[in-house]
Amino acid sequence: MRLLVIEDDRDAADYLVKAFREVGHVADAAMDGDDGLAMALDGQYDVLIVDRMLPKRDGLTIIGALRAKGMETPALILSALGQVDDRVKGLRAGGDDYLPKPYSFSELLARVEVLARRRVGRGEETVLRVGSLELDRLSHQVRRGDDEISLQPREFRLLEYLMQHAGQVVTRTMLLENVWDYHFDPQTNVIDVHISRLRSKIDKGFSQPLLHTIRGAGYMIRDGAR
Amino acid sequence: MTALGKLFRTTTFKLTLVYLTVFALFAAFLLGYFALNTRRLITEQITDTVNAEIAGLSEQYRVGGIRRLVVVVDARARRPGSSLYLVTTFAGESLAGNVTSLPPGTLDSPGWTETRYRRLDEVEAGEHPEHHALARVFQLPGGFRILVGRDLDERERLYNIVLSAGRWSIAIVIILGLVGGLFVTRRVLRRVDAMTETTRTIMHGDLGGRLPIAGTGDELDRLGENLNVMLERIEALMGGLKEVTDNIAHDLKTPLTRLRNRAEQALRSAKNETEYRAALEHTIEESDGLIRTFNALLMIARAESGQARDDMSEFDAAEIAHDIGELYEPLAEEKGIVLKVEADTPAPLKGNRELISQALANLVDNSIKYVEPHRENANGVPAQIVVRALTDGDRILLTVADSGPGIPEADRARVVQRFVRLEQSRSKPGSGLGLSLASAVARLHGGELTLADNQPGLKSVIALPRGGPVQMAG
Repeated sequence: MRLLVIEDDRDAADYLVKAFREVGHVADAAMDGDDGLAMALDGQYDVLIVDRMLPKRDGLTIIGALRAKGMETPALILSALGQVDDRVKGLRAGGDDYLPKPYSFSELLARVEVLARRRVGRGEETVLRVGSLELDRLSHQVRRGDDEISLQPREFRLLEYLMQHAGQVVTRTMLLENVWDYHFDPQTNVIDVHISRLRSKIDKGFSQPLLHTIRGAGYMIRDGAR
Repeated sequence: MTALGKLFRTTTFKLTLVYLTVFALFAAFLLGYFALNTRRLITEQITDTVNAEIAGLSEQYRVGGIRRLVVVVDARARRPGSSLYLVTTFAGESLAGNVTSLPPGTLDSPGWTETRYRRLDEVEAGEHPEHHALARVFQLPGGFRILVGRDLDERERLYNIVLSAGRWSIAIVIILGLVGGLFVTRRVLRRVDAMTETTRTIMHGDLGGRLPIAGTGDELDRLGENLNVMLERIEALMGGLKEVTDNIAHDLKTPLTRLRNRAEQALRSAKNETEYRAALEHTIEESDGLIRTFNALLMIARAESGQARDDMSEFDAAEIAHDIGELYEPLAEEKGIVLKVEADTPAPLKGNRELISQALANLVDNSIKYVEPHRENANGVPAQIVVRALTDGDRILLTVADSGPGIPEADRARVVQRFVRLEQSRSKPGSGLGLSLASAVARLHGGELTLADNQPGLKSVIALPRGGPVQMAG
């Protein structure tokens, strides 16, 4: 995956480039808005990571200029502001995701991977499959092997989101944002309990667990036999 | 700036000058008009009288000839305060009358004339004062001429009296106006100076200062009162800010110190990679906690400053109650607490959905933390939390009632403050900001957070006005 980091703080940019390379991605850095826009326009990047406040040209303007030229490269906005309305502004300007600073690298990585695979993702499929687990988005039926599993509506949405991103790490905040539509941080980790409930429904009694906890990052649904 | 210069520069004084000028001009116009009209009226009276007399005398002449005219004129001329008369022959020789020393040629042309003259009786008495008269010369058939006139001195005297009265009154208007204006200006200036003085001390840092109020209820008092209310608010905000700064200093420094100590200790005594790793993981956990506290503080600050008012929308509070209930239900169940939501009727509300959700989440989170799990309390009530959304007149109430230990009445006001955690709860996780945020959110919406006794347990109520925050009336 080719990534472009547009960030004016050299330390932060170097850290991100290095960290992305360590996990096997190709990453470049641009230090100001003009360079960033130029590189984003002619480079073949899969995801852009754009700081909100940049010298010469701010992050939202860069994204706006790209979208105006018909470039749909997914963009993730990093911002020190981190308020709800600020987030809305970022997404309205054409950003695809938004992460307030300070962030953890695992959170950023999970979101970038989700963005990169969005276009080739499984958004439109009506039946999602992971191993022997099957989720029908039209009839709202979930089966594991031959057993039908009955889920609460929210559990269904939780599983659906996880299965849409099968094989990818999904963080707790991503779940809270996409399944519950909340952007605040619940002080206690409520998501873990929802996951363990879901896990007991889909994995209990099967030798091959599908729903995995990724330590320090989040969760992933994946066919372990792969 | 001299005191007088300052006085002259004030708005009050400038206004006084404008009014004074307008008023003086008006007075001058009025008196001038009056004087001119008086003069015109007197002139009219004179001409009327003279015309009537000439008509009478011509009649006498027509009836009795020159002899009779001379007798009548002589008689009339001798009466005190009489008009002026002169009857002459064709050659200009005086036949009768009480006038002499007319300028030569006066009698040559008939008609109206303004002329100098001397009174015959005065000349005979040896005096020679010259008078002014308005007279008419009339040609009688037979070559005789007759002059009838009235003395103008009276008219001029009256005219002059009115004129001088006018001058005096204008002078008095100006003097009184100036003195009054200066007096009023000085009074106003003194009060404004007092206000300026107070604001200056406030600007130098003494926020306790208040503007003086004269108690007259005038516009300066109203201004002063409003400014005082503003100062009150600023002082409260500054106090709040100081308190927050102190709290932040304390409550952020403590975990920062822990973080530093841990890193230091790892450097000093960790022997292998596992130990370093453990220390680093602790460090990250600690810094995540710090970030969380920091975010909560920013959120509270934002709610308190009123910025979030831009994000208000219409939504159903009952739905929020269900959503939050559903979010926390597994957690409660895991802890052996029954979490119920009673919100069956829609409770439409205008507000910031995200913030209100978070406020309610904080209350539920709080209850889950403090309710003793798996245990009925003294009254046999099982461990439970009930979330409700109710409509109460113009207000929407979001309540969280639990069967936990509750909060002693004396501490209820205190726990809402930032970072305040009761002794009993020091051991529980949390930043001490949950209730502060809920309270700030309620206040942002023009509502309030109240903590009450659930008998037993705690009942937290967020009361919000249905139509969103009411703009403060200006």
